[in-house]
Amino acid sequence: MSGTFDLGWWGVALAIVAGAIRVSTPYLLVSLGETLTEKSGRVNLGLEGTLVMGAMTGFATSYLTGSPWLGMLAAGVAGAALGLLHAAICNLPRVNDVAVGIALFLFGIGLAFYLGKPFIEPRGPMLPGLPLGSWSDNPAIRSAFDISPMFFIGLALAIALQWGLKNTRWGLVLRMAGESADAARAIGLSVDRIRTLATIAGGFLSGLGGGFLSLYYPGNWNEGLSSGQGLMAIALVIFARWSPMRCFYASLLFGGASAIGPAVQTVGITEGYYLFYAAPYVLTLGLLIYSSSPSRTLAGAPSELSISR
Amino acid sequence: MMDQHTPAPPEVAVVDLCKSFGNLRALDRVSVEFRSGRMHALLGENGAGKSTLVKCLMGYYRADAGQILVRRRQRPILHPRDAHALGLGMVYQHFTLVPQMTVAENFLLGRERLPAVIDWAAEHAALGAFMARMPFQLEPRRLVATLAAGEKQKLEILKQLYLGRRFLVLDEPTSVLTPAEADEVLGQMRRLTEAGQLTVVLITHKFREVMQFAQDVTILRAGKVAAHTDVAGASESGLAAMMFGQSLAPEKSGSSARTAPPDAGPYLELDGLNAIGDRGTRVVVDASLTVRSGEIVGIAGVSGNGQKELVEILAGQRNPQRGAVRIAGRPFGGTRRELERYGVSLLTEEPFANAAVRSMSVMENLAFRQFDRPPLAAGGFIFRRRALRPFAQALIERYGIRAGSPSARLETLSGGNIQRTVLARELSREVRLLIMQNPCFGLDVAAAAEIRRQIVRARNGGAAVLLISEDLDEILELSDRVLVMAGGRITYETERSSADRYEIGRHMTQGLARLSA
Repeated sequence: MSGTFDLGWWGVALAIVAGAIRVSTPYLLVSLGETLTEKSGRVNLGLEGTLVMGAMTGFATSYLTGSPWLGMLAAGVAGAALGLLHAAICNLPRVNDVAVGIALFLFGIGLAFYLGKPFIEPRGPMLPGLPLGSWSDNPAIRSAFDISPMFFIGLALAIALQWGLKNTRWGLVLRMAGESADAARAIGLSVDRIRTLATIAGGFLSGLGGGFLSLYYPGNWNEGLSSGQGLMAIALVIFARWSPMRCFYASLLFGGASAIGPAVQTVGITEGYYLFYAAPYVLTLGLLIYSSSPSRTLAGAPSELSISR
Repeated sequence: MMDQHTPAPPEVAVVDLCKSFGNLRALDRVSVEFRSGRMHALLGENGAGKSTLVKCLMGYYRADAGQILVRRRQRPILHPRDAHALGLGMVYQHFTLVPQMTVAENFLLGRERLPAVIDWAAEHAALGAFMARMPFQLEPRRLVATLAAGEKQKLEILKQLYLGRRFLVLDEPTSVLTPAEADEVLGQMRRLTEAGQLTVVLITHKFREVMQFAQDVTILRAGKVAAHTDVAGASESGLAAMMFGQSLAPEKSGSSARTAPPDAGPYLELDGLNAIGDRGTRVVVDASLTVRSGEIVGIAGVSGNGQKELVEILAGQRNPQRGAVRIAGRPFGGTRRELERYGVSLLTEEPFANAAVRSMSVMENLAFRQFDRPPLAAGGFIFRRRALRPFAQALIERYGIRAGSPSARLETLSGGNIQRTVLARELSREVRLLIMQNPCFGLDVAAAAEIRRQIVRARNGGAAVLLISEDLDEILELSDRVLVMAGGRITYETERSSADRYEIGRHMTQGLARLSA
């Protein structure tokens, strides 16, 4: 902690940057997953539940097997299972994806709390970070540049998705299902199947986001772990206008906003820092108001989404 | 893909095809032969079985009985894929393009097998070479949403050719095109058939297109083949007689001359109206027009050129960005009170979705304009349910609405009867301004004629009528004055006596580029 004092206000800036990278990772994974799902023409509002379920499953698996990477895999699989459930229900006739999403949001959280009771106390094996700050003697810099590989995996995914949506068969078919289900059916594609796979993939990524929460930062399992990050990630997709790369930048922005509270606390500001903790929520609200309009639909929104119609 | 040495395009025949939906015999032992390299028109009223027939051919429906022969061999077509494998393709009435994707992406998406990773450089080169051999060209990098309706229709046809389909079914291909565009597209198709490149089936109800472009014609009536003949040996009146059978050909609505005294002041005035559309772009641009009492003013135009938003402003569903709407010289804001005071009646586009409640009963839907006035309400706020049934019954009889009972839910009615229900509601009180958008869309000939008669009757009763329609024939038949809306602007105005369909069509396609995106 003394290192932060040595750096003064630069320490605050450094803490915000480091926090942005750390906190943005789950936002990034969830928002990429949701982008994938929404591009196929469905909204999965249950990702908060998926995130919490992923966090619990990841932590429990890591605790029981001793392997945090196995924990991450389990977190993803748990998320994919919830995605499959969402998709399977939505494939039934006359089912509304928004309502199913809210139901699964509550279901995922409830299930995770129920199954996760025994894992609240202990600490388990954590995901290692990459010590990219080892060139410096300053402990603040060293800890700031201790970055999780999941951040880089998320960045690589964002780049791959951005490219893949334009340049692969899967990207074109996915976008077609999201832009015009009729057109997709007319050429013999199964829209339900495409959306099911997209929702499963979205659930997998959200599950990974949950695993990151419990296995890296903050790095334990408790019932207040997520505090709405899964929901904010969905708002972030709208702000990012369904573009994977813009999801990456927006995640950094949200991560930075979340890091303001802890960062000002470290420089000894003790009054009113709770206000800074509210920054990401205020940011969500502000961005949604900014990007909405009563007289037009959102530019870039896939046409088949229930919010576009 | 289409060299000089390719074999002749497919010859397709259906033999004794039958298809029923519940009690309805949609196809009753229908036999038709589509000869190789010919343009064959399928003519018939709505519900005559044209769509069912081609959907059986394309593998969307499975016929109950009968055979399909392709190149004189019997083929089971159980899935659209089977039809595609045989080189059979269809261009639908409603576009199957993805608007937010490029022309090139839309081409590729139809392919049976796409590579996992797309080499765009190679694909663009191949598309360029393909386009160079085609009768019409499109820029592959353009977003489909920015294409005009005629270009979209061309893209649909090009897509089928790109996919190697040489037996093409065109389902009412010209319903969204201007006359010039229609002539160009059909003319090119005819040339391709004459060059031995294609066999074309043209589904239509426009005699003009049959006479001008088709070589063979089959007329379907009530699920049966009513006649089959060479176009060269047929006359338009002969075709009409065969198409409508015992019933007479639809009489024209007999739009007598306008009754408005020439010095009547304007009843509806739009002055420099501007509106922002759902996508945030300006879709109505400086629109000004006047409608006098006792005249029908028709606005022609390809859909998506601001008509929808214009009507929404008049209906009070959208706020203008700037400009004024005046009725009888006073500002009009589209509130319920003003609609009542000025006698404004509206039949908006797709009333089932926009101006009716599907889960409420027919009689409740009929009462929407008057439920809070006597005789339906006492003291201005107590709804008298007992008065509702006789009120509705009177309208149902007067407008010939076919409903199981007045308390049947609206969604149980057919499209034509829903249209009549909304029309009856709108005409159930004194009408001084009637605004109608595509009033006959999707209706059969008899229902459309009835609605057109009602429009003329309202005009003859002294109402000012604003008719907005994509159907140029309807506009020319009914209007005293014709305006054209393109790119959100009113671009052309003419008296009915001097109206020329090609001149109007030319104006319909101008200014489109400005609006797109």
